[in-house]
Amino acid sequence: MTAERAKSRYSAMLRIRASEEALQKLFADGRIPGFVHLSIGQEAVAVGVSSCLRDADTVSSNHRGHGHTLAKGVELEPFFAEILGRETGLCRGRGGSMHVADFSKGMLGANGIVGAGLPITTGSALALKLLGKGDIAVVYFGDGALAQGLVHECINLSALWSLPVMFVCENNGWSEFSPTSRQMATSLRKLADAFGVEYRAVDGNRVSEVAATAETLVAGMRKAPAPAILECATTRVRGHFEGDRQDYRTASEIQSLPARDPLSLARAEMQVEGVPPDWFDEVAKQIAVEVNNAVAKALTAPPPIDADLAAGVYAGMGSK
Amino acid sequence: MSTQPPEAAASARELTYAEAIREGLEQAMEADSRVFLFGEDVGVYGGAFGVSGDLVHRFGAERVIDTPISELGMAGAAVGAAITGMRPVLEIQFSDFITLAMEQIVNQAAKIRFMFGGKATVPMVVRLPGGSGTGAAAQHSQSLEAWFAHVPGLKVVQPSTPHDAKGMLLAAIDDPNPVLIFEHKLLYKTKGPVPEEAYRVPIGKAAVRRAGEDVTIVASSIMAIKAAAAAERLAAEGVSAEVIDLRSIRPIDLETIAASVRKTHRLLIVYEGVKTMGVGAEIAAMIAESDAFDYLDAPILRLGGADAPLPYNPVLEKAAVPQEDDIVAAALRLARGEA
Ligand SMILES: Cc1ncc(C[n+]2csc(CCOP(=O)(O)OP(=O)(O)O)c2C)c(N)n1
Ligand SMILES: [Mg+2]
Repeated sequence: MTAERAKSRYSAMLRIRASEEALQKLFADGRIPGFVHLSIGQEAVAVGVSSCLRDADTVSSNHRGHGHTLAKGVELEPFFAEILGRETGLCRGRGGSMHVADFSKGMLGANGIVGAGLPITTGSALALKLLGKGDIAVVYFGDGALAQGLVHECINLSALWSLPVMFVCENNGWSEFSPTSRQMATSLRKLADAFGVEYRAVDGNRVSEVAATAETLVAGMRKAPAPAILECATTRVRGHFEGDRQDYRTASEIQSLPARDPLSLARAEMQVEGVPPDWFDEVAKQIAVEVNNAVAKALTAPPPIDADLAAGVYAGMGSK
Repeated sequence: MSTQPPEAAASARELTYAEAIREGLEQAMEADSRVFLFGEDVGVYGGAFGVSGDLVHRFGAERVIDTPISELGMAGAAVGAAITGMRPVLEIQFSDFITLAMEQIVNQAAKIRFMFGGKATVPMVVRLPGGSGTGAAAQHSQSLEAWFAHVPGLKVVQPSTPHDAKGMLLAAIDDPNPVLIFEHKLLYKTKGPVPEEAYRVPIGKAAVRRAGEDVTIVASSIMAIKAAAAAERLAAEGVSAEVIDLRSIRPIDLETIAASVRKTHRLLIVYEGVKTMGVGAEIAAMIAESDAFDYLDAPILRLGGADAPLPYNPVLEKAAVPQEDDIVAAALRLARGEA
């Protein structure tokens, strides 16, 4: 049972990793027409949290949202097609990397505005509470978002109204090109304390740890709606966006990253528990095939066919 | 009315639009210790678009200040610093993020002078990289200048050349009122002559970029560049277009536009912001209300952004804003009486 869960989490992380490595290459080849922010090194947060979620639970994300999206069960081909700007994409090529979404999977959208996912998620949690089925809402945001006033408003609202929302902070130490130490005068722990919201800190690169803690928090809020904050210490391996030269990072920081790799950490734990090396080879092969096929199909997909932009703006006007 | 200012013609030195802004900032900060720059990653990193560059090394972290991601607080801090004797220049990393700062700009900065009976002034500048064409999609590509032009108390400018980018920045810093400068992202790397000394380009004056007889094309920001290129092609088709670069949309230089309309009898207005309820509607109405209306031989035409959020796919993105071909086609229709 535990081994099965560990395997499924590992596969989910590898699927995200392989997909983002494919995006990295597509970007380098000039095949992606816009911004791409990769979450390589942060996969354990999305997977650990999502392993405790069901379809009806909602998640909302930020500009670094590929992992959150895929971990929620979104399919690969429309995901790639979106980032390639195709009609078959999740959002018909209108949104791109910063706006991937799949409402059928409870994925309410990545977001280009830092902090903007929190109010949306607070509202989603309000709706879920009113619907009364024990479903919960999750929002992923970065350490940089903590400086936005609306983050503080949302923590307050959710505490005041006892909303079933889990605020998941991916603290990778960076806000674009500036370290968090130059951005925030306080910590999330203290903020949680100030608003009386339950707070847990985990090693966000250990998927088993993220999953175990998220599970406890989620189980609690399904029974009795209340917010919780989960702060995950994690690592941004790539630049802020693809193409970022990263000359603001020290060599020692970059050298420290491999030892914190969530996939390696999970694999080491699983091997101790007896998962054989063959299993890892096999799953790597399967996922490589799956990702390659999805990319190949997405690359042959047509560009948006409906050039009438205005037709897509309002609902209820006979448009798609 | 002015054509290319004489200094520009005399100066052989070329700078990019981004370099011209940096030089303007540097000269303003050198000349006046009240001037300081702040924004996300404007210091150590040198600005997301490289505009501030190494200014932090020249002036120190006290005057070139890196901020957290707090647009509302930052805008308010500019207001507060301005009414307390400083001359803040705030960079909002992408102009789209000014939506988070609306309250302090619209309810505070714009109203303080009037509301307090002229007892205070708000000499602040907000620099706003905007516009589409980079594949950055709906929340990183907008042209929101018309929103602010709707607010009495604010000034709104959109320089299109390196020369004007520097000169209008310096004029904005001198100005005792809040001035919003919309800088088109695609212009940052464009080059042009820029005088070395600190000079001012007056806010509220349009520039006639090309004299013509048959049709007036009024355009702002990058559309002024596209309009000039279109005019070149129109000339080959036998149509003489007069190109007016608006430069400033509040205050707006109605006189230069009206004088041109009296001459050409035809008006085409081109802007990247959403066409509906936009800058073009205001200009068309101003002309319709003025004596220049009697000189019109054809309906006024507008080319503006589509009635849709900016799409990600590059083909759709191009379709969402006026292109050079659209300007040529519209001007030809006007000139040939097909409009
Ligand atoms: C309102 C707003 N301000 C600024 C930006 C530009 N921006 C994009 S990501 C980012 C840093 C975000 O840092 P963090 O939240 O820690 O996320 P990370 O990139 O580290 O995952 C900034 C400043 C933005 N997108 N939205
Ligand atoms: Mg971060």
